Amino acid sequence: MTKLTKRLGPTATALALCIGLVLSAQASAADLEAGKKIAFDRSKGNCLTCHHIEGGTLPGNIGPPLVAMKSRFPDKAKLRAQIWDATAINPHSIMPPLGRHRILSEKEVDLVTDYIYSL
Amino acid sequence: MKKILTLLLSAGLVATATQALSSPKEDLEKFQTYYEQRFPGIQLDDFGNGPYALDASKRLQWESMEEFPPYEDYIDKGREIWETPFRNGKSFASCFGKDPSKVRVKYPHWDKASSQVVTLEGDINKCLKDNGEKPFGWKKGKIAHLGAFLGYEARGQKINVVIPDDPKALEAYEEGKHFYYAKRGQLNLACADCHIQYPGHRVRGQLLSTGLGQTTHFPVFRAKWSKAAANGDGMGTLHRRYGGCNKQVRARPFKAQSRQYRNLEFFHTYMSNGLAINAPGYRE
Repeated sequence: MTKLTKRLGPTATALALCIGLVLSAQASAADLEAGKKIAFDRSKGNCLTCHHIEGGTLPGNIGPPLVAMKSRFPDKAKLRAQIWDATAINPHSIMPPLGRHRILSEKEVDLVTDYIYSL
Repeated sequence: MKKILTLLLSAGLVATATQALSSPKEDLEKFQTYYEQRFPGIQLDDFGNGPYALDASKRLQWESMEEFPPYEDYIDKGREIWETPFRNGKSFASCFGKDPSKVRVKYPHWDKASSQVVTLEGDINKCLKDNGEKPFGWKKGKIAHLGAFLGYEARGQKINVVIPDDPKALEAYEEGKHFYYAKRGQLNLACADCHIQYPGHRVRGQLLSTGLGQTTHFPVFRAKWSKAAANGDGMGTLHRRYGGCNKQVRARPFKAQSRQYRNLEFFHTYMSNGLAINAPGYRE
């Protein structure tokens, strides 16, 4: 490892740091449950109005089903940005800007992002 | 040189701005063609049946409900209101003419003298006031019952809103059009987002209707309103629905019969020109 680190130099260090960050950013089971609750709550995230989510009843079909999120959003930050304000990328998007319009607090956006990312 | 350039530039800007405004006639054609292409096979009048035109199972449920429609009693109440004389001996016929089947199709219309859009509800209450009677509430109850009767009598007649070539009328039309397309409220939703971009899609279990045909069946009997009313009266006016829609997107609703809603009604009803009046309707 030392040899390898030396050979690859800063790149590997950065890589190691990144892995460390990703690991530390792993949401706990309790956080995921909290995120799910906000996502399903009609007065909060209300994601089911438009999206199919496994375990949710009576989902709408305006948005795409929320499955395989890690392959659709390899970068979790982009998923969070989409939840925070989908109109930043597409001004005509029908999706409510959950963060920008303070439908959810920043903490709630984090929790919902963790949960959706886990799908 | 600089002056000429500025002049040319501003002339260009003005030209662009003018071009951006399409005429109501062009808007109407585009609006209706859009839905006809998006839902091929649906007859123009059928768009007035909202979600029931778009989904076979919902249509079946609706058709069986229409055998004993819950709005029927309110048509009768409306007829009674129409026929009952005011204290001065006159009746609504003194304002609207004797034939109740010829009233609904005149609304909404542009009134040149007052430079504003006049609605059926507006004229109902004007008639009451002019005759020394107390006006009705704007959103439900008697005003909706009378509207239901007048709509029922006019069933089958074609919506025919006229946008006169008068700058003020066009301004009112443009304001209504802008209202329909503008995002609003905490949820940042425009009428157009749901009813132009996503008709036929579901929000939870509800099917979104097309913008085309949305006004033909008003006043409407809504099961949701009926459930919430102590006496089960589910009738409501178009502006009651506008207010409900605005609240649902977490926007502050405008008042029923406000300029904003009257202008919206002007644009919104004009977009359904040529469709048959099918009021009163039933909706979930």
